[in-house]
Amino acid sequence: MLEIKDLKVKRDNKEILKGVDLVIKQGEIHALMGPNGSGKSTLAATLMGHPDIEVSKDSEILIDGKNLSEMTPDQRAMAGLFLAFQYPIEIPGVPFLEFLRVSYNSIMKDRIGESFRPLSPYKFKQLASEKMKILKMDESFLERNLNEGFSGGEKKKAEILQMSILEPKYAILDETDSGLDVSALKIVAKGAKKLSEEFNIGILVITHYKRILEYLKPSYVHLLINGVIQKSGGYDLAESLDQEGYEDA
Amino acid sequence: MKMPKELSNQEIQFKNSNSQYKEGFHMPDSSTNKFKMGLNEDVVRNISKLKNEPKWMLDFRLKSYGIFMSMKMPDWGADLSGIDFGKIHYYVKPSDKQEVSWNDVPDDVKTTFDRLGVPQAEREFLSGVKAQYDSEVVYGSLIKEMSEKGVIFLGTDEALKKYPEYFEEYFGKIITPADNKFAALNSAVWSGGSFIYIPKGVSITKPLQAYFRINAANMGQFERTLIIADEGSFGHYVEGCSAPVYTSASLHSAVVEIAVKKGARFRYTTIQNWYSNVYNLVTKRAYAYKDATMEWIDGNIGSKVTMKYPSVYLMEEGARGEVLSLAFAGEGQHQDTGAKMVHLAPNTSSNIISKSISKKSGRASYRGLVKVSKKATNVKSNIVCDALLLDPESRTDTYPFMKIDNKHVKIGHEASVSRLGAEQLFYLMSRGLSEEVASALIVNGFIEPIIKELPMEYALELNRLIELEMEGSVG
Repeated sequence: MLEIKDLKVKRDNKEILKGVDLVIKQGEIHALMGPNGSGKSTLAATLMGHPDIEVSKDSEILIDGKNLSEMTPDQRAMAGLFLAFQYPIEIPGVPFLEFLRVSYNSIMKDRIGESFRPLSPYKFKQLASEKMKILKMDESFLERNLNEGFSGGEKKKAEILQMSILEPKYAILDETDSGLDVSALKIVAKGAKKLSEEFNIGILVITHYKRILEYLKPSYVHLLINGVIQKSGGYDLAESLDQEGYEDA
Repeated sequence: MKMPKELSNQEIQFKNSNSQYKEGFHMPDSSTNKFKMGLNEDVVRNISKLKNEPKWMLDFRLKSYGIFMSMKMPDWGADLSGIDFGKIHYYVKPSDKQEVSWNDVPDDVKTTFDRLGVPQAEREFLSGVKAQYDSEVVYGSLIKEMSEKGVIFLGTDEALKKYPEYFEEYFGKIITPADNKFAALNSAVWSGGSFIYIPKGVSITKPLQAYFRINAANMGQFERTLIIADEGSFGHYVEGCSAPVYTSASLHSAVVEIAVKKGARFRYTTIQNWYSNVYNLVTKRAYAYKDATMEWIDGNIGSKVTMKYPSVYLMEEGARGEVLSLAFAGEGQHQDTGAKMVHLAPNTSSNIISKSISKKSGRASYRGLVKVSKKATNVKSNIVCDALLLDPESRTDTYPFMKIDNKHVKIGHEASVSRLGAEQLFYLMSRGLSEEVASALIVNGFIEPIIKELPMEYALELNRLIELEMEGSVG
């Protein structure tokens, strides 16, 4: 269970989240909607442990009962959390495949323990190639540098590819739909849905649009306005928000 | 003077980091012919006499000594006030004669190589291995194929005896003793170094390689390298420097002269990892003739102060020059490095890529000169300087100089300074990488354009060195 209790955060001394409560179980898909500036992306960054975000001492974030508050981002990744970034940053000169292998080996070693044998570059490439087929990605991707010169759509696909390889318990998809064309969106969303089912991943998808939700079919939809969850409901809430906008909610 | 205090800080720092600094160790000193410290005319005469040199070389040394004494210390670059010329050994000879086979190499020298991780198998990969230990070349080998092609690869002292004709033509001509104070010093007391001659039309596909070490306490190293790539030839020379530990300031002042003849191409790669008390003041220059290409790849990690600006004089039409330089300035270090491109003929081109990384109080300066003479029309030159700062105390600066005396030139200059990005770190850490691993990955990515130009084992070694440098640099 990913539990968020009374989450209050400041960024640059400005109060952004003003008391958010949310519980996500493994295998569940939740959607978080809301206008620009409501605090959606800040919530994602807070969960992952961004160093610039100041979290109130009264707030709690727990993964399966484990408190994340004092954990660095890498420790949170070890605990089973994954963030698909809204704007994945370019890291020049770092090969995508090698980065992901180091990431995979360190997370798996932590999860499985001393018996885990790190994958060689050759074995890891086989693993990555298989996962790429699901996302209909070209293998030449692996030869490129991390997000360097990737198109908007390629960056988003690469995020979901990382998720599929790292097999987290809980994943936050921060506007993964932006920058994707219709057919890419379908592939990515269906891929994420399949991963959720296959590995029992709890997903929190942040979006402005219903389209990605049509494929992900979240059971829970939350509306975040001005740092507070104003409304929670089922999939039908997403439909009414899509038709009527946030103001009338 | 603040020197003594800084020095003692470094000693403390060294002791603390000893276990991490793989390259840091010190072998018992087996040198037999160690001069008293300090420099005077007798020292210069003695060096020449011990080497049985021809009279013209003695005269050259004495003239250079006079120039050295008359020149002021350069005051335009890094702080050199810590150099005490009176406290340096100007000549150290480890054994009486040159070693001829690997089996004859003294054990403590072999141990040095072992500790540095110079693999035996590497010799199979390499065309020839030249290793300089203290001031002499103690081991030199050149595989049969090379000698059949007529390639000469020798210690400079030996080459002077066997091939004086090349020395009379080139030695001290590309870099004259009066070029700068440290070129004059080297010219007066030089010892060791490599001599390479590649005959017309001969290509050496595997790199020639040399290892330079300093081992005797307080010893300066003044190697002298002369390379001639004859018409239409190709060669690649690689030197790796890694200094063992010692306790007081040391001076490394080399001179490298290269002539790249018509249509030839030569690449000179250096990876240096001096310990952090070494003053590394090196003059490197190549003359590139018609349609010739000269490439310097210069990686500077370590040392207290480095001043080095590999240069290419583009003498005739169609000549090309390239410098790829990489500097890592750690705590208390100043890397003042760059390049000089001197266009003396039409249709010549040059390319400079400089990457630097500064950590803690480290300072990396780019200092470059592009000169285009009046008759050099249709010149192209491109300069890219990228600096990466790892923390708020680190520093970088650029000093680009241009002297353009011709209107028909195309010159591009880009410079960027970036800080180790918080967002990049956050991204990598969110994937389970520790802050140290993430930082090292970002730094290795930053220098990748230069790393990819290195022979594989050097690329791996450099990545390892960067990782070592990154240890304890975060948090």
